[in-house]
Amino acid sequence: MSDQPRERWGSRAGFLLAAIGSAVGLGNIWRFPAEAYRNGGGAFMLPYLIALVTAGLPLLIMEYTIGRRYRGSAPASYLRLGRPAQFIGWWQVAICFVIATYYALILAWALRYVGFSVGQSWGDDAEGFLFGTFLQVGDTPGELGGYVGGVFWPLLAIWVTVLITLALGIRHGIETAAKIFIPLLIVFFVVLVVRALTLDGADLGLDALFTPDWDALTDGDVWVAAYGQIFFSLSVGFGIMITYASYLGRRSDLSGSALVAGFANSSFEILAGIGVFATLGFLAASSGGAVFETEGGLGLAFVAFPTIISEMPWGGFFGVLFFLSLVVAGWTSLISIMQVIVAAVQDRLRVNRVVSVAMVGTLVALVSLLLYPTNGGLYLLDAADRFINRYGIALASLISVIVVAWLLRKLPVLQRDADATSAVKLGRWWKLCLGIITPIVLGLMLIDSFAQEIDENYGDYPSSFLAWAGWGVAGGALLIGIVLSLIPWRRGAEVPPDADDEKRSA
Amino acid sequence: MSASAIVMLIVSIVVVWGGLALAILKLRGHPEVELPPESPEEHSI
Repeated sequence: MSDQPRERWGSRAGFLLAAIGSAVGLGNIWRFPAEAYRNGGGAFMLPYLIALVTAGLPLLIMEYTIGRRYRGSAPASYLRLGRPAQFIGWWQVAICFVIATYYALILAWALRYVGFSVGQSWGDDAEGFLFGTFLQVGDTPGELGGYVGGVFWPLLAIWVTVLITLALGIRHGIETAAKIFIPLLIVFFVVLVVRALTLDGADLGLDALFTPDWDALTDGDVWVAAYGQIFFSLSVGFGIMITYASYLGRRSDLSGSALVAGFANSSFEILAGIGVFATLGFLAASSGGAVFETEGGLGLAFVAFPTIISEMPWGGFFGVLFFLSLVVAGWTSLISIMQVIVAAVQDRLRVNRVVSVAMVGTLVALVSLLLYPTNGGLYLLDAADRFINRYGIALASLISVIVVAWLLRKLPVLQRDADATSAVKLGRWWKLCLGIITPIVLGLMLIDSFAQEIDENYGDYPSSFLAWAGWGVAGGALLIGIVLSLIPWRRGAEVPPDADDEKRSA
Repeated sequence: MSASAIVMLIVSIVVVWGGLALAILKLRGHPEVELPPESPEEHSI
């Protein structure tokens, strides 16, 4: 049993780098450019920035404040916030469990593509290589088929490094890794962007990305897309920021830290957008095709980019840097996703970190290694990702905002707590954004998304497959959250660690 | 590049990276303050 003082970040910079590392992930690199291009180009920046200020930053500040004030994992913090809210924390833990299992798979692919880039193993058919030679994707969604060794081993390597880092603790593991990898990621990306901007046709790509279509601003879908992008890229709604902030000292600046993390995340997205579209412009100029012909996501990273790498001078070097950037960006995010589960088990079972990492790591890595490096792994990933994002993260966030703002009416208390130590004081705008704007926009997003599911099956998958791999996974996470919240905690768990405990650990 | 694309590129960079720079400056200028410990009843449910 562990009654050790709660761990603590070594420095404010360490916390910020870890928070930025969590927020900056694969979605920044491949989702933002595609969303901006499809939703008004340069004009998208207006709703995007409004979404950042009215939803992203307020939610980030709320999660930081909950974490620091209640000083626990997501379930413990929500329990201390108000007993009925506890299920939200466990729901977020279940969501993180699902996401961690497949997120690691994408990192494993990127890791393999670092090696493939050297010899450009995909030849002149990047798509055929990805789905056939490398992933050996089966024909039927829902059938796992055989194992794919080329995916299994890098996936195992990813898990080993993640679990070792987590076992080293907040300060020596997560913080040290963030201090090394975030500056490295910035250097990688600056080199990539500079190289991309010097390619022939880069201006074509930037023109496509930034030319504003002002009519798009009258389209409600564009605004929903902007809020969705901010929302999914900031790592809010997972319980990550609650967990990370629970290791802050009681005097830490919250709103200032949230502003730095939020703007850093958006700065990276802009940089990624410039790099990606300058590179796509090169492909358009050399092939005579359109600048953007993929759906974004996997197709952009693992089909479009390899094709470009084959055609550009110094393509191997560019490819190694690009896929290493994906690995680094995703790896720091995966660490934060896993920390949500590790912290929850630590708090709930009162075990020390190493025991918790061993328990959680074994379970998550086992599920990941058993299900995903298979012929059917890509289908599972695709369905689980779609449904856990929309009916897990987004729905959990909507409910958490409603519970905190309207049911428990804790916003004034949280505001006082944040203002007591923060450089930027929260005005009425913060409560207005969280109490009104964020729930309305999240609600609209979910209604719009649900209507799409009713209209047609996602990805043209069979209904029977989506029933368990999509709806089943998302619904299962909620069910597990509710069930775990019904198990009583030890006496006194409702009270955060006291100040004496804090002084000892400091 | 078209003039409108160049303007939007510059505006985007200035707003977002400028926001980051201002946020860092604000944070650096704000030393962390010591808070008195809270009474346990504030957290009771």
